[in-house]
Amino acid sequence: MEFQTHTLANGLEILAECNGDAHSAALGFFVKTGARDETDAVSGVSHFLEHMVFKGTPRRSADDVNREFDEMGAHYNAFTSEENTVYYAAVLPEFQTDAVDLLADILRPALRKKDFDTEKNVILEEIKMYEDQPPFGADDKCRAAHYGAHPLGKSVLGSPASIRDLAVEQMRDYFRTRYSPKNIVLAAAGRIDFDRLVQETSRRCGDWEPFPAPREMPPVPTAGSFHVVTKESAAQEYMIQLSNGPGATDADRHAAKLLATVLGDDSGSRLYWELVDSGRAEQCSLGHYDYQGTGIFMTYTCCDPEGTADNLQAIRNLFRAAEREGITAAELALAKSKINSRVVLSSEKPRSRLFNVGFNWICRHEYRTIRDDLDAIDSVTVAQANAVLKKYPLTQNTTYAVGPLAAVAAPK
Amino acid sequence: MSNAILSQTYENGLVLVAEPIPSLESAAFSFLVPAGCAYDPRAASGLSGLTCEMALRGSGDRDSRAFIEELERLGVERGESVSDAHVSYRGATLAKSLLPALELFADLILRPAFPPDQLEAARQVALQELRAIEDEPSQRVMLELRRRQYPFPFGRSSHGEQAAVESLSIDDIRAFHAKYYRPQGTILGVAGRFDWEALKEQVGRLFASWQAPDVERLQAERRAEPIAHVPYESHQTQIGISFDSVPYRDPDYFQAWGAVGVLSGGSSSRLFTEVREKRGLCYSVYASQHSLRDRGCVLCYAGTSADRAQETLDVTLNELRRIVQGVEAEELRRLKARIKSALIMQQESSSSRSSSLAHDYYHLGRVRTLDEVSAIIDALSCDSINGYLTKHPPADFRIVTLGPTPLQV
Repeated sequence: MEFQTHTLANGLEILAECNGDAHSAALGFFVKTGARDETDAVSGVSHFLEHMVFKGTPRRSADDVNREFDEMGAHYNAFTSEENTVYYAAVLPEFQTDAVDLLADILRPALRKKDFDTEKNVILEEIKMYEDQPPFGADDKCRAAHYGAHPLGKSVLGSPASIRDLAVEQMRDYFRTRYSPKNIVLAAAGRIDFDRLVQETSRRCGDWEPFPAPREMPPVPTAGSFHVVTKESAAQEYMIQLSNGPGATDADRHAAKLLATVLGDDSGSRLYWELVDSGRAEQCSLGHYDYQGTGIFMTYTCCDPEGTADNLQAIRNLFRAAEREGITAAELALAKSKINSRVVLSSEKPRSRLFNVGFNWICRHEYRTIRDDLDAIDSVTVAQANAVLKKYPLTQNTTYAVGPLAAVAAPK
Repeated sequence: MSNAILSQTYENGLVLVAEPIPSLESAAFSFLVPAGCAYDPRAASGLSGLTCEMALRGSGDRDSRAFIEELERLGVERGESVSDAHVSYRGATLAKSLLPALELFADLILRPAFPPDQLEAARQVALQELRAIEDEPSQRVMLELRRRQYPFPFGRSSHGEQAAVESLSIDDIRAFHAKYYRPQGTILGVAGRFDWEALKEQVGRLFASWQAPDVERLQAERRAEPIAHVPYESHQTQIGISFDSVPYRDPDYFQAWGAVGVLSGGSSSRLFTEVREKRGLCYSVYASQHSLRDRGCVLCYAGTSADRAQETLDVTLNELRRIVQGVEAEELRRLKARIKSALIMQQESSSSRSSSLAHDYYHLGRVRTLDEVSAIIDALSCDSINGYLTKHPPADFRIVTLGPTPLQV
């Protein structure tokens, strides 16, 4: 594998992990923009814009875009998070140039009013779909309660009202302030011809006008709170719990991943043995997610409503015991072997490497080999892991319970 | 582009099919054991699933904790599921851990302990899953559709029914295992990096002693009513539509599958274009080919706001019916490009390839190499697909809706 980079005059960075043995080539534009960069007046615009990007350009209609991706046999999609919007395609190597041409073109969308009005309905349907599915919007509510006024508290989808009220001109304005070539990275992985990639990208993206696209980074609040939302028609009770953790550039993030694996992996963790294996909960898992400037631990639980209060107490007791006594060397060793194997297995597809390469660059401005990731996991000590638990107490969390219960006793 | 397919049939009937993929560091395996939910006794719906859950709770000389810790130590990512015909136990790991991992799964399949003190916990797991599905409208509508598409005992939900799950005993589980976990009909698919001679020998050594009589084939009974509405308090109405098609082993399978590929798959496919792109009626709409051994169908799904559900149903049905007017050359060309790239990319995942190998063997009694599949796809023409559609037009739709109000069907 060979890593190569090139920066265009307008600031757009091109990077590739080239692997001559791969069967396919994966390419993606990583735009450093998401819900955290929105004002309340345009809540949901990043995600709506992601849909609109596929609706055509001055030289392509929406039908052309769909048709051309299919003609290449591309596996392609896009997604929007709190802080990034990613457009990607995996293709056979002979389509590398066509894929760059198409992806680069749609990154300068026409944003036509008629397409905007039709697509608005699709977005509203997507919001309704999530409202009908567990956890019935409680994830957004919990995030909002946890972060308060901090931009990471904003919803990626937006609300039905914010989407209905959004005007196409507001989306165009948002595009003009966020989609600067300096705020975008083109990443690639797999069987990539790097010289041709640079050539084609500079031909297609060289004239994109650069402008500053700053991001606000206020401090993160630390207070916790407890909330119950009643949804009578639900069969199960669902609980989301959020607490702060190490961020994307914090060296503690590797220890945080291992801690989450020991305490709350979906198999073989402390939460698994206590709540899932015993049949007390349908699901109970803990994950760590990192953002620019901060990170989060999220616990997700689904259980029979009757067991809700007991389960919340059991989770709290388990977290408290971990904070007090720490995890053991044996637990850490098992978690390491589990994560190591996952890293290797998930690295076989160029599509997976693409996300690794792209996110490492936009979050940390660094390239990390698979070996770098394995070594970082391997070097975490029990003392480091336990120090992270002390620094970021899991018991200091924001909890949202949603389900048929009218009231739930907060754990002590 | 194909790799050789290797296979071995052992004396007791167990089949091993394997494909070396030299570009990978991993190896994945997929056991298909012919003990799926179609074999659940009528009053014991959910027994196959509970047997699978209990098999994970201790086997050979390991209890459940020792079993899972050993998998973690080896770095095995595991998964299991129950379909009509099979219970499937799958794993993926680094090449060097493949043979030790198979040892663990031989214990699980041949020597489960079924400890009585684990039964209540396993039952609670099953009951929790049943309740969680009640909150998943899109999953519910498709489960109900499958139940109405296929004649009993096919098309049942592997999660079973609450009353039955509550009544199952450890003896029921032991009896189910004794009768249905058997070498005849069990298929092990392996793909990725491995040494064939060592693999063949290890599987022989681990499973040679396995003996159990074969069982009678299942007989299909009557089908349920084709149309149903499930009242449910929600923003969206879920729509499921199915119609008969041919099974995977039918010579016409790829014609049927080509027609479905024109309807759904890429973003330029007809359902996505007509229902979502032109009209903005829904976020999710699709159709896919589904196959049991002796019968097949097409399953379609759309989820949309209750007030636009009627239009969504009408537009979707119209597209399904319109397909008999014929697929076009451009559509077929795009379909072929998609499939060619999917076939090549399948070589990048040992997991998906190992499970394809096992399923191919189940349906065909052999495995098609990727070159063979590629040749079949190349040979598809508009005439061949349209000829199939003339003989088998989508008709006799089964339609299930779930939402606040029924639709006009």
